This record gives sequence, C-alpha cells and structure tokens, in this order.
Amino acid sequence: MDFVNQLQRKFIDYSSSLHREGIVDDQFTQLRKLEDENSPHFVMEVASLFFEDCEKLINNMAIALEQKQGVDFKQIEECIHQLKGSSSSIGAMRVKNACIAFRSFSGAQNREGCLRCLQQLSHEYSLLKNKLQTLFRVSVASRCLYVCLVIFCRGNEHAEPFPDVLVFQLEKQIVAAGGSIPRVH
Amino acid sequence: MATQTQFHVLAVDDSLIDRKLIERLLKTSSYQVTAVDSGSKALEFLGLNGENEDEERNSSVESVSAADEDHQVGVNLIITDYCMPGMTGYDLLRKIKQSSSFKDIPVVIMSSENIPSRINRCLEDGAEEFFLKPVKLSDVNKLRPHLMKGITTKNEMQSNTNKRKGSEEIQSPDRTRPRYNELEVV
Repeated sequence: MDFVNQLQRKFIDYSSSLHREGIVDDQFTQLRKLEDENSPHFVMEVASLFFEDCEKLINNMAIALEQKQGVDFKQIEECIHQLKGSSSSIGAMRVKNACIAFRSFSGAQNREGCLRCLQQLSHEYSLLKNKLQTLFRVSVASRCLYVCLVIFCRGNEHAEPFPDVLVFQLEKQIVAAGGSIPRVH
Repeated sequence: MATQTQFHVLAVDDSLIDRKLIERLLKTSSYQVTAVDSGSKALEFLGLNGENEDEERNSSVESVSAADEDHQVGVNLIITDYCMPGMTGYDLLRKIKQSSSFKDIPVVIMSSENIPSRINRCLEDGAEEFFLKPVKLSDVNKLRPHLMKGITTKNEMQSNTNKRKGSEEIQSPDRTRPRYNELEVV
C-alpha cells in the first residue's frame, strides 16, 4: 500500500519538476486536461508524433548545414519554423526557446552559430524525450496498479473496507496529478 | 431520444501535431470534426473543386470527401491555419467568402505569428476570429456563439413577422425569441 502512495508521489513530484525546470510549460498542462476515458493516451500519442517530427527536422538541418557547396538557409528556416510551431503546441518550452535562438543565427546566415544552435537543440530534445518517457512510464504503471486494485476489490466479496479507501485515494491522486481514471468494466 | 444535432467543424492545418490538437480540442467540446492538411483538400471536401490540382498531389489524404452529387456538405464552421504551403489560410478564407454556397459559414484563422496587419486583414476580409497558437480550450469555447448565430439567423428568417418597437428587451415566450426547433441547446 505504501508502495502505491510512493508511486503516486513520484509521479506528482516528477511532473512538477518538469514544469519547474522549464522543460514543459502551461500548454503541456492544457494537453493533459484533454485526456479522458475516450482518449486516455492523447498526450503520449502527440508526444510520439512530436519526437518523430523533431528527429526528422534535426536530421534535415544537420544535413543542410553540412553542404559544402553552400548552406540552404531558407530550408533551415522552414525546419525551424515547423519545429517551433510543434514544440509550442505540445508545450515543450526549452525546445521552443532553442528554436527561437536558432532562428536569429539562420536569419543572419551564420553557419557556425547555426551548428552550435543545432547542438543545443538536440540536447534539449534528448532531455525532453527522456523526461517525458519516464513520466509516461510512471503514469502507465500507476494506472495498471489502479486497474489491478479495482479488479481485486471487486473480485473479493470479503474485501476489507481498507482496499476501497485505498482505491479511492489512488483515484484522487491520479486526478490531482492531472491524469484520468481508466475505466474498468 | 434527444434530437441533438452536432455541429460539424472543418479543421485545416498542414502540421500533423496541430491537426491532432485541434481535433481533440473540438471533440472535447462535442463537435464533429473533419481535419484536412491543405486548403485545396478543404475546398475539395466542400465540393468547391476544380482548382489547385498540383497541390493535391503533395497533400496526403487524411479524410474522405463527403461531397458527392449533393455538394452541400454540412459544415458549420471552418478553422484554418494561416501559414500553409500553396494555399494560405487567408487564400482559403477569400475563396470561401467568394462562394455563394459557403460564404455564410464562419471562418476562424489560427497563426503562430502575432502580426497585427495580418490579423486585421483577415478580420476585415470576413474571418470571425483570429486565434494565436497554441490554441487552447478557452479559444475553442469562443466558437460556440458563431455556430449558434448560424442557427439563430436561419430561425429568425423563418419567423420574422414581428416588428419590435423601442429598445425594450422582450422576454416573453412567443415568436420574438429565436426557436431552436432542430437543436437542443445545452
């Protein structure tokens, strides 16, 4: 039982730290609010799309900056514009800010500056990806545990009131952490 | 059984992530959604086809066109990104406002750039709202009055025999108030 509380606390603390460190901003919170029983994995799905998009764009920019015959800065600006847009939509604040910094160097057609920015961008992206994947793992673990507990309580007609209270507490904690209660039939 | 008609919103955005987001926002608000990735796909869906065939080759098919012989597709609002390759959201706005069948459909523009001249031009040329990205639920809540206006206008035209005098607000439950016959107002 204590393990469950610890897991929930870990989820809430980890989630808060992501905001404190500026890795995600309020837009991320907005996305979490859009999850419900009809769309319980919305944030994870959008995040996965974002990771794919980001990797592709970073790769394209790296290739563009390597071109010996001349860097196509217009192409780089388009990539940055796309990435800035999607990072803003998902609430990936530090990635977004890295894009803004990058934009001024690409506008000035400064290749060295762009290379440094790209490195910074890659770093921010890796950080975001690791943190979000950890967050999702803890979230999924909590929900699985919740489902197991509910099944246990329902299957056990001689169950003490204590497990029901525990289930209720877990439910409250999931909601407080911004998650949605999985439907167990 | 309650006869609640769902509003149908056509969302246009070349970014997959933004399409997913706007779709979720609209569905959360109980709207039916069709999401397409270009202006030309949007026109195709509405049945205003025949132009910009080159762009269609580059766009991926995300939704199936609902416009067949009956080219009146039930779309109650169009929400579109401004910056798109080929046809911009502004171009799309103009084409819709120039169309006799669709000029009365409210159009909303979204953009990641806060450029006052851009915003003003869109609003002057018929856009109902201009949302700055990232779009939030509070933005989507602003759509309802524009959607309801479409119903009100229709009903007022049907029951326009009353002539009101003065500036008093008439609250009596008679023909002066718009009737939502087909729609259950939540």
